[in-house]
Amino acid sequence: MLAVSTILAKVFAWLKPERALADLLPRLYSWWAIVTLVTVALVLQQPYSLYFFGLVSFLALKEFYSMIPTRRVDRSILFWAYLAIPIQYYWIHIKWYDVFIIFIPIYMFLLLPMRMALMGATYGFLRAASTTQWGLMTCVLCISHIAYLGILDVEHVGPSGGAGLIMLLLLLTEGNDIAQYVWGKTLGRTKILPKVSPTKTWEGFLGGLATTVGMSYLLAPYLSLFTSGQAILAGVLIGVSGFIGDVVMSAIKRDLGIKDTGTTLPGHGGVLDRVDSLIYTAPIFFHFCFYLYY
Amino acid sequence: MLTRVLKILFQCLFVRPLVLVLIGLNVRFQERIPSEGPAIIAANHNSHLDSLVLQSLFPLRLLDRVRPVAAADYFLRNKLIAWFSLNIIGIIPVPRTFRHSEGDPLAGCSEALESGNILIIFPEGSRGEAETMDEFKAGVAHLAQRHPDVPVYPLFLHGCGKALPRGEGIFVPFFVDVVAGEPMRWGGDRNEFIQQLRLEIENLAEYCQRPAWD
Repeated sequence: MLAVSTILAKVFAWLKPERALADLLPRLYSWWAIVTLVTVALVLQQPYSLYFFGLVSFLALKEFYSMIPTRRVDRSILFWAYLAIPIQYYWIHIKWYDVFIIFIPIYMFLLLPMRMALMGATYGFLRAASTTQWGLMTCVLCISHIAYLGILDVEHVGPSGGAGLIMLLLLLTEGNDIAQYVWGKTLGRTKILPKVSPTKTWEGFLGGLATTVGMSYLLAPYLSLFTSGQAILAGVLIGVSGFIGDVVMSAIKRDLGIKDTGTTLPGHGGVLDRVDSLIYTAPIFFHFCFYLYY
Repeated sequence: MLTRVLKILFQCLFVRPLVLVLIGLNVRFQERIPSEGPAIIAANHNSHLDSLVLQSLFPLRLLDRVRPVAAADYFLRNKLIAWFSLNIIGIIPVPRTFRHSEGDPLAGCSEALESGNILIIFPEGSRGEAETMDEFKAGVAHLAQRHPDVPVYPLFLHGCGKALPRGEGIFVPFFVDVVAGEPMRWGGDRNEFIQQLRLEIENLAEYCQRPAWD
């Protein structure tokens, strides 16, 4: 599919070089890079896929901490927050689910404000504590759920294993992003959340949702043990939560007055722009699978 | 030969991974960055990372030609640091204070420009307080006057001072914004040149988002 769209884009750029498609080719090249890296990470098996998703967490967290207001005194707090990444992925490596799920929401949540209080700077304390934790929750805890999917056992989740579930999650989430965009571009009329994201429409959202449910129904038999009912439910969950992840990150960017979170991925913006919907879909899809099989 | 191998290894195994992965660059107007010397890059200065970031903007084949101009009293303060600064980073040392009897303090810079190098100069002369710009020193204007054909590229850096400010031991990852400016030419007056350069760099700062850091 990627090959076809790259060729189409090339042909189109060649036929009509004046049309504003400048964004499309770099965007597609970035897609090639992403797809290659994900495939390599999944084929290499443990613990290499952990390194890959750990790197994604790191890049996203770095973008987040670079775009929000921070306090000079909190440099060491941010340093501690970065240290949470290898620790969080270590819990996945040793398959310690109970600690994986509470380490950031409870222990980092308690630890960082303690360290901040000991430093004695109270100006902007609540804002600093909250934004630091927000970055950890989204970029580390939520993203690390993708990696935890990867270590689910073959005996529980079926012959394609956890890697199959990761593949399904990524295909459906990114497919949903693209489908919502395409449906919105072609049919979009009624704005859904004009204050947050003026380009999002009901037509885009519903068309994307329907496409995602269809994709889930078709792909799930190859990548998971889902029954057709479960596949449809997974499609609905990812379609809706992917949309929400997208608009939540849009709201943050609007609050900060920026358009993209970075320039790491040419044509896409930053890493955070690409994984915004995964922040919502990954934990929700994970807990759906976990509930079904464990 | 050995030092050259060490220099390339240091760039490939330490500087580039540090700058491109741990720090991460957002470069605006990459196309303005010169691809050959002689040229002068004049940037604001907040951190030791500044020189490493600027060196990473150039391809490895230019490694030997991109030379940070650095304070002799600081970077030659003992044998080990001097060896490292001169051979591995490739600095051109300049004295921060000098007497006329000691000869030309900018001789090294002039020589490097004449042989086609790209000089990195921090006109503030010191890192100072992180993410604030101090007074500019006149050295860059003297060089521009002596070499009127060499273009001077103003360049704004933001983020290195957050990642590794003066006097701090731990490095904290932050994205670094680099905004390259249009080349400036010598106009005939040193003070005016310095004022203009400062103004250009301040204008470049408007291109990047700089969240509060207080």
